[in-house]
Amino acid sequence: MAELTKKSIGGFLAKQGILVAFLVFMVVFAIANPRFIDIDNISGVIRSSAILGVMALGVTFVVIGGNLDLSVGSMMSFSTIVVLDLHDKIGPALAIPGMFAMTLCLGAFIGFLVGYLKLNSLIVTLGMLSAIHGLTLTYSGGQNMDIADKQNTWFDFFGQGSMLGIPVPILIFALLAAGLSLVLSKTPFGRKVYAVGGNGTAATFSGIPRARVVFMTYILSSFCVATAGLIQASRSLGSQNTVGQGLELEVLAAVILGGASLLGGSGTVFKTVIGVLILGFIQNGLLLMGLAFYAQYVVTWVIIILAVWLDIAAKRGRLWSPIA
Amino acid sequence: MSTQTPALRLEGIVKTFPGVRALDGVSFSVMPGEVHALMGENGAGKSTLMKVLGGIYQPDEGQIFIAEDATVMSSPLQAKSKGVVFIHQELSLADELSVAENIYLGELPRKSLGRVDWEKLYAQTDDILKTLNVGFNARTKVGDLSIANQQMVEIARALTVEPRAVIFDEPTASLTDAEKVVLFEVIADLQSRDVGVIYISHRMEEIFKITDRISVLRDGQYRGTLNTKETNEEEVTQLMIGRKLDLSRNEMTHSLGPVALEVRNLSCGKLFENVSFTVREGEVVGFYGLVGAGRTEIAETIFGLREPSGGEILLDGEGVTVHSPADAIARGISLVPEDRKGQGLVLGMNCRDNMTLPQVDDMTAGPFVSDGAEIAIFDQYRDKLDIRTPGWRQMVGNLSGGNQQKIVIGKWLSMHPKVLIVDEPTRGIDVGSKSEIHNLIRELAAQGYAVIVISSEMPEVLHVSDRIVAMYAGKVTREFTAAEVTEDGLIQAISGL
Repeated sequence: MAELTKKSIGGFLAKQGILVAFLVFMVVFAIANPRFIDIDNISGVIRSSAILGVMALGVTFVVIGGNLDLSVGSMMSFSTIVVLDLHDKIGPALAIPGMFAMTLCLGAFIGFLVGYLKLNSLIVTLGMLSAIHGLTLTYSGGQNMDIADKQNTWFDFFGQGSMLGIPVPILIFALLAAGLSLVLSKTPFGRKVYAVGGNGTAATFSGIPRARVVFMTYILSSFCVATAGLIQASRSLGSQNTVGQGLELEVLAAVILGGASLLGGSGTVFKTVIGVLILGFIQNGLLLMGLAFYAQYVVTWVIIILAVWLDIAAKRGRLWSPIA
Repeated sequence: MSTQTPALRLEGIVKTFPGVRALDGVSFSVMPGEVHALMGENGAGKSTLMKVLGGIYQPDEGQIFIAEDATVMSSPLQAKSKGVVFIHQELSLADELSVAENIYLGELPRKSLGRVDWEKLYAQTDDILKTLNVGFNARTKVGDLSIANQQMVEIARALTVEPRAVIFDEPTASLTDAEKVVLFEVIADLQSRDVGVIYISHRMEEIFKITDRISVLRDGQYRGTLNTKETNEEEVTQLMIGRKLDLSRNEMTHSLGPVALEVRNLSCGKLFENVSFTVREGEVVGFYGLVGAGRTEIAETIFGLREPSGGEILLDGEGVTVHSPADAIARGISLVPEDRKGQGLVLGMNCRDNMTLPQVDDMTAGPFVSDGAEIAIFDQYRDKLDIRTPGWRQMVGNLSGGNQQKIVIGKWLSMHPKVLIVDEPTRGIDVGSKSEIHNLIRELAAQGYAVIVISSEMPEVLHVSDRIVAMYAGKVTREFTAAEVTEDGLIQAISGL
């Protein structure tokens, strides 16, 4: 009986390792600096993680489907700039759907290249990272984009407002996470995403239209990016062209940290949310410990490598495994 | 021979993987100058044993002796340095490099400053090639060689060291008869140099032609060694499968319905041409032929995975076009593919989700997949096919080959197809499951399914089929009824005679 309990604890650790690591980490930081678990600090971390988190939700689908999306950072800059520009031209009520439509077109284009032309997603989205950046600069003429009258617009609601005492960005993140979690785990589409990423050939042999499924994951990803862009624009009411620069790697880090395999076929929305929070709290914790903010670039890298290594090691059953 | 020391001896090798005892105390030895056959069914543990011998796996228990020295094999390179060399079934050559570079890969002769000594490299290589009597030289690019010649390169690679033991893994799988003769000469030559040869093959006639002794594995256990001269095929088979597999001829016991599937002059480029046949409800039609005869390609065309270049497919007498598997599924055609792990299953998905995958769109309650409906289907086919799994949450990757195959069969039966195509239904699964699947195929026919069975195993085809279509090089050569077919006739038909 004792052994059984021990075994099941081990099994739980292996399965929920990321969650356990998260809790251990929180406790250590809380002891080191009590301000870390201050409710304002926690709320602040979640709120600043919301943009990254929303983007990571979409990328989770892409990664489970067996592809990558490195274009989300520059796509988010694009969305932010576009919605700010349109705000003054056609008003917020039209600017928001307009921006969503344009961002979804970018997602559809990527989905077309990866799904229907069967091009390598790493190359396509890496290229799009650069191309969309160029597109954004062309659109803005290289200028920062600002809303003219920042006092008299309801547009700040998505980034700065709150409902029932909860900041709206957190609310959007939570609702989207809940909704997409249902889509991924409960709908036929979600099941197909797992099948296509897990074994594309077997999916084909089961009559699943792989190209369409891959296409849809990029549509979803661009939808999430547009949402993130909306929050970003609404929070600052003005923006540089490079606001999303580098976020693609943080997003990928969060998704991998959550345990989605880069080979596709595994991962969940819940795990990605945990991955996002870990990343946010680690960066916050290190700031509170007095590390310069740019140290977080290095720390992010260390976290990604550790996460990938431990994930692979758990699968292989050993830490040391040279290429042979 | 008994006074000699063995070139290679394995003692009580045990290797376990999660849930499987792949090797269970295997011992056997190879004498210098002996050709020793290692036989066993798929999954008997041959490849695991060879990986242990080659240093790819470490045994949990047991020891390896080379000329009676206990040796720990830590890597393939180390195994080679001890004189144990492998000729793999799947060639591991770099296509873009020359023959010489491939042979000395990782140990190219050097001059000062680490420069490659090309003169020496080519000279050494040509010396080895000369002993093999091949029609290419050290500078030939490997990618330009035929498969047989590439195999010769592998063998040449083995000869760069003074080998004590050379292991051939299914070496004749892709060789022509003439090339086989050359291979056997090479083996005889090794023999005369007092090298111990381990020869892994399923082909009885070769085994009886060139080996001295035969060792048999079954379910990871050593089952005995026979002197080739004193035994016969039957004894070896019995040792391999443990009991007699029922492979009696099929005798029809039920009447046939109307024609369910008819194929007229179907062609797909050069893969197969002008293929015509019919399958009636309640009938099992076996497709027999050599690998590459075009059988799988016909199945894939009917299932919408390939576009035909000509001809017609008729279902219930009506001409249909099938552009995708989804089309085929909608029209009641199901395909249990040849490669279970590559094409049939998503190994990282659980049993239930794999089984319901083709119909997941139809299993919804509102926008969501209905757990209840899925579990009901899984339970039904688990019971019907006697699938042994701890529960539907089990990842299919953790099941045995036989149970995995049943999941794939269940997946397609639950679609209630009119025409069920089964490609190599028992490849790589144990004897028990094999006969269960044979019975199942017969039962399905009795229930009125039109079934096509593609198999490379003659006994299997004879056992399950009502009719047999023989193919050779993309063409149907003959059709037999179960009553009239003879083994000789079948062999002639698939050899293009």
